[in-house]
Amino acid sequence: MTDRLVGSAWMMQNVNWENMWEATLETLYMSVIALTFTFLFGILLGLLLFLSDRGQLWENKTVNAITAAYVNIFRSIPFIILIVLLIPFTRTIMGTMLGPSAALPALIIGAAPFYARLVEIALREIDKGVIEAAKSMGANNRQIITKVLLPESMPALISGITVTSIALISYTAMAGVIGAGGLGDLAYRDGFQRSNTDITLVATFIVLIIVFIFQYIGDFLTRKIDKR
Amino acid sequence: MISLTKLTKIFPSAQEPITAVDDINLTIPAGEIFGVIGYSGAGKSTLIRLLNQLEEPTSGEVSVDGKTISKLSKQELRFARQEIGMIFQHFNLLWSRTVAENIAFPLEIKGEDKEKKEQRINELIDLVGLTGRGEAYPSQLSGGQKQRVGIARALANNPKVLLCDEATSALDPKTTDSILDLLTDINQKLGLTIVLITHEMHVIRKICHSVAVMEEGRFVEQGDVLNVFKHPKEAMTKEFVKQVTEPDDTEEALQHLFDGAHQGHLCRLTFTGNDAKRTLINDVIRSYDVTVNILQGKLSQTRHGTYGTLFIQMQGEPPAIEEVLAYIRRHEVDVEVISHD
Repeated sequence: MTDRLVGSAWMMQNVNWENMWEATLETLYMSVIALTFTFLFGILLGLLLFLSDRGQLWENKTVNAITAAYVNIFRSIPFIILIVLLIPFTRTIMGTMLGPSAALPALIIGAAPFYARLVEIALREIDKGVIEAAKSMGANNRQIITKVLLPESMPALISGITVTSIALISYTAMAGVIGAGGLGDLAYRDGFQRSNTDITLVATFIVLIIVFIFQYIGDFLTRKIDKR
Repeated sequence: MISLTKLTKIFPSAQEPITAVDDINLTIPAGEIFGVIGYSGAGKSTLIRLLNQLEEPTSGEVSVDGKTISKLSKQELRFARQEIGMIFQHFNLLWSRTVAENIAFPLEIKGEDKEKKEQRINELIDLVGLTGRGEAYPSQLSGGQKQRVGIARALANNPKVLLCDEATSALDPKTTDSILDLLTDINQKLGLTIVLITHEMHVIRKICHSVAVMEEGRFVEQGDVLNVFKHPKEAMTKEFVKQVTEPDDTEEALQHLFDGAHQGHLCRLTFTGNDAKRTLINDVIRSYDVTVNILQGKLSQTRHGTYGTLFIQMQGEPPAIEEVLAYIRRHEVDVEVISHD
């Protein structure tokens, strides 16, 4: 039995490459789209967290408390539970519960708060003197955000989104639960449930490659942008 | 150009409120380099931040170039700040931008068009002596070069006033001097009014016209630099003046040298300008029956003339010594007897 399993794993005779390719595209689709929105929402949330904090440009206790509560709550819910909880919401805004698109709301809502905290940390790292210098030149808040805060923290924002992207890829695997497809789904249904170890291994291998590529791109960009 | 009226800044704190700036009145004429010296915690950082409203005053008024800064709306304040340049101890450059882009920053804020911007950037890079380094990033520059970028950036919008917040405190002595030369140069070329704060008397001596000595939020002494150097009244001022006129260990060395021994009179002579050229000591020895031993002397240059100190040891009969002291004083040289037996 074991011999047969290992043997079949190495022969990869159960692997349907067409399905594998399709699942890979689904995973990539979910990851890239979710990552793009996570980047945008995460930066917005992170800015909000940072700017509404004490002593910052838009100091506002209420806004800060609400944002922090939102971020903490959604960052704390295990993703697998978040997906299930969000089913009615997803159905309303996406109009379907099937396919990779159905996973997007949960992916974004789960990852953006995580990234928002990283954004907040990145913004805190900016030298206060630089913000003061911008103020002394007569910059308004919008100029301080677009010309100082974001460019100065960009390397940290990029390395933060890289870390987030790895988490997102693993989230996409769980999204299979709601029928979103992707490599995780394939590895679980066709691989694990039907005892096709080779499918599970190949799917895992492809996920690893995707992770490495994301990490490589992230590291490359961070290094390129960082002029410190 | 700048006037402060009953300016006070109190920081609330859990224990008791801290009065950083305490009822300060001041007028700085256009084109002057005005220095404020004090130890850390004296309130000078707060004072300079009140000038462009990076700190809001608790009470009192700040007026720069006829505008009452504390009464402006947010937008008016932003426009007013474009006419007040500021440089910082730690330069505060944007590391993500090149030298040229850093200098462009205030121009972008003002919304200058591209052509004008580029022309102005080139002018400024030449003015501060960074020709050819426009494409370098701040991390590739030395401290002195970074401060030059800071100065160029501060001057980009042709301000009337330049605020210098400990601008040379992070630099080595040689670089400090080159930055001070640049500031003097700018002051003369552009007629810019400069306000600087520092804890180094050397900076005051080298470039300031007027100086205020600050302690616990107040000016304890204020006036023309040469006068303050020549006749420091307050203990605090004397301490600062010593920074440039005497090597650190002068008094200690003198004490060791004459410890218990027959020392005669130890005197410190303080003189200015042309007095340095007079043969005062020679005259004293020829005219009076005293012996004079020169221990140490130093000449310093201020914007308004030379200033010097001389330590001498004098021996002779008490009446003769008294006459000599009177003679020296008649020649407008301050003399202080440090010790005698």
